[in-house]
Amino acid sequence: MTTELMHEDRWSEQNTTPSAIEAALRDMLRVRHAANEAYVPARVLNLVVVVDREWRGEIANRLEDVGRYNASRTVLCTVEAGRSTLDAHASMAYPDDPSPGQPAVLTEGVEIAIGPQHLAALDAIVDPVIVSELMTVVWAPHGHADAIDALDRLAHVVLLDSSEDFEIGEALARVSTLAERAYVVDLSWLRSVPWRERVCASFDPPAERPSLAKISAVTVRHHPESGAAALMFLGWLASRLGWDPSRLVGRGDGMSGKLHARRQDVAVTLQSEPRQSVPGLAGVTIETADGGSIALDRGPGGLTAHRRLRDGRDSEWTVLGASRGEGGILGEGVRQALLRDPTYRPAVEAAKAMLP
Amino acid sequence: MATTVPENPLMQGLERLPVHPTTLVIFGATGDLTHRKLLPAIYNLAHEGALPERFNLIGVARRDKEDSDFAGESRESIEKFSRRETKPEVLDAFMKNVRYVPGVFDDPEVYRELSEALDAFDAEAGTPLNRVFYLSTAPEFFPEIVGQLGQAGLNKAEGAETRCVIEKPFGYDLDSARRLNTEVLGVFRERQVFRIDHYLGKETVQNVMAFRFANAMFEPVWNRNFIDCVQITASEDLGIGTRAGYYDGAGALRDLVQNHMLQLLTLICMEPPTSFTADRVRDEKAKVIEAISPPTVDDVPHMAVRAQYGSGASGGEQVRGYLEEDDVPPESTTETYAALRLHVSNWRWAGVPFYLRTGKRLARKVTEIAVQLKPVPHLAFQQAGSVGVQPNQLVLTVQPDEGVSLSLGAKIPGASMRIRPVNMEFHYGTTFLSQSPEAYERLILDAMRGDATLFTRNDEVDGLWQVIDPILESWKNTPGPLPQYPAGSAGPEEANALLAAGHHWRSL
Repeated sequence: MTTELMHEDRWSEQNTTPSAIEAALRDMLRVRHAANEAYVPARVLNLVVVVDREWRGEIANRLEDVGRYNASRTVLCTVEAGRSTLDAHASMAYPDDPSPGQPAVLTEGVEIAIGPQHLAALDAIVDPVIVSELMTVVWAPHGHADAIDALDRLAHVVLLDSSEDFEIGEALARVSTLAERAYVVDLSWLRSVPWRERVCASFDPPAERPSLAKISAVTVRHHPESGAAALMFLGWLASRLGWDPSRLVGRGDGMSGKLHARRQDVAVTLQSEPRQSVPGLAGVTIETADGGSIALDRGPGGLTAHRRLRDGRDSEWTVLGASRGEGGILGEGVRQALLRDPTYRPAVEAAKAMLP
Repeated sequence: MATTVPENPLMQGLERLPVHPTTLVIFGATGDLTHRKLLPAIYNLAHEGALPERFNLIGVARRDKEDSDFAGESRESIEKFSRRETKPEVLDAFMKNVRYVPGVFDDPEVYRELSEALDAFDAEAGTPLNRVFYLSTAPEFFPEIVGQLGQAGLNKAEGAETRCVIEKPFGYDLDSARRLNTEVLGVFRERQVFRIDHYLGKETVQNVMAFRFANAMFEPVWNRNFIDCVQITASEDLGIGTRAGYYDGAGALRDLVQNHMLQLLTLICMEPPTSFTADRVRDEKAKVIEAISPPTVDDVPHMAVRAQYGSGASGGEQVRGYLEEDDVPPESTTETYAALRLHVSNWRWAGVPFYLRTGKRLARKVTEIAVQLKPVPHLAFQQAGSVGVQPNQLVLTVQPDEGVSLSLGAKIPGASMRIRPVNMEFHYGTTFLSQSPEAYERLILDAMRGDATLFTRNDEVDGLWQVIDPILESWKNTPGPLPQYPAGSAGPEEANALLAAGHHWRSL
């Protein structure tokens, strides 16, 4: 494994304008390209992030952790109470020593300090600074719904984490509204990808596929703040398998109820798992009417699978896979902006129908 | 009566399709390919959670060792050659299901032990697991291993799929390829056989199909009416290194042209498949191969050139010629450079020459396909004072800088209407976030899934050898010494004789 050494050209200006920022970016590109023709700008997507000034460092760290899934141009808008002017700095990162005959890819970053009054017309600030022919992803991890609304005409994709809303119903309602206007990439949904893949794989061998119609109970264990993720996972099963979603009953540490499948009811339970330290699901157990079951739980080196066969025999093994970490999840979110998952919205709608 | 398996509705929307529980058996488990490529590829699949939910690995090789020794060596190789940083907890879990069966490949006892190891994994799972036998040995062992697998009854398993992956080279010439095909298809059915050409697993090679069949703008000009010629180049700046033993027996034609380069040609020439499934794609490729007119032995001197690198300056260093390399016989007539002119005799391509060249110790490492369009029929512009209007070239670069470049004529700023060629370039590296997976990751996963789209079918192998065999035959009967080209150059002058009037080899 080799790690490329990166350098940076930087520019900054107080009391600046979007046009000046854009001109600075163009100038940095011109200078870098003149120094060596191998330097070419990455052109993947724009990522516009709106954050509170005091939490800027945390978000910047998260963005650094995404590894290779960097947006080609990241525009970080930091909101600072009392600010009336724009301060900005821009940077262009480039690899130290381009290999002869190969392009060396540049990535660009812009940070603009703005005041709360700028949010309502944020599009006028951001528009000149993004690369216009590229897809634009908007992320406001500290709320700022007004900023998302203001960027509506520029945003092709809205990145969010439905687990960050304390109230699950509000989170799902917000997702539904946004999904009418732009494609939504939900980090909560992405955290459940390995679980969905593994459940799908467990029932994929021809001998197991008929069992999908015999599912009689599903239990989803989750981080205390990941109720939305657990409910969406259940919504995914319901929407994919044609179960009729109905209102669940809330209880202290979760929800439970019955959904109606073609052959039988499916008893569903969502259980909060306080021992889990990271966001997302902790485990899933799926039982079938003929006495079989498959349970998947977090374990070392992947997921620990426990299968009870219809004849009562048990077996346990590890489904291999490395944890992606929160940096990896955010990187995956950026990457998913280029793809489309047709199963997310039906899962959200089913989850909404199951809200107590 | 056949039973219908219901659809799996959970599959929609998932990027990674499920792979059924599998035990992978690697023959040649202590070899270089296994440790440098296969094991790291399998680990990377494990790391990403892409392996089957149950996955076991059995290594088979001659050296005597315990399971734990093989697991320890595998771990070291993975840590050394993996494209990503390894996670100890994933490696620990991975190594728990690694076994080793020692023995020589013609010993039936090896296959009895292997069968026991496979059965033990099945018993542990409580269900028969799919089996993939990966032949990563020297090619002379392929018939023996396949035959022994058949005799041991390991070519099929009740309630599970059995597949056999065979590394290249598939045969040494047409006869040996046909014999091997007969041996393999005497034991396995064609749908169980996955003849690997790792080139086809490269993202950029698959992108040739995406480029052609996902963009309507190229199809109208993709034929003999607009295309003047096609050049396919696979050049290397390095010499043979320590591979004299293999290379002197193979040569450039077998090493690269018979498989990789002709596969690139088929992707450029094939008609759009009706679907992107294994047989539909391979049907179209097979038609192209069938349309390449194999030369007669007498034609060969007029359509093929071979040469060897002599001493010269490569990368700023003075290097030895091929005949002075370690372990190369001084009278060797093995070619380190091969260039061909081929024709695809069908409605779309009749009359368009396809120039292929490959060589070692050339000026630069590059693999590319250059499609040269015909010149404009009438030129109203001034040529004086400029390099003039050149035919458009569309260049698909496979490595090292994956991308597409289109040369266009543009006006030189100024009062007069002078034209010079400019390039419109697209680099994959600037446009996609993802790091391309290693070709072997994709191919191992496809083999476990039973998807043979990126593997070579028996009729393709046969057809490719039919094109190459007369050239081998002619060269075998032509005494040396071979023409020499200086190391670090663009190749031998003799290759220019293959080009039609007005055509030139592209600069490396």
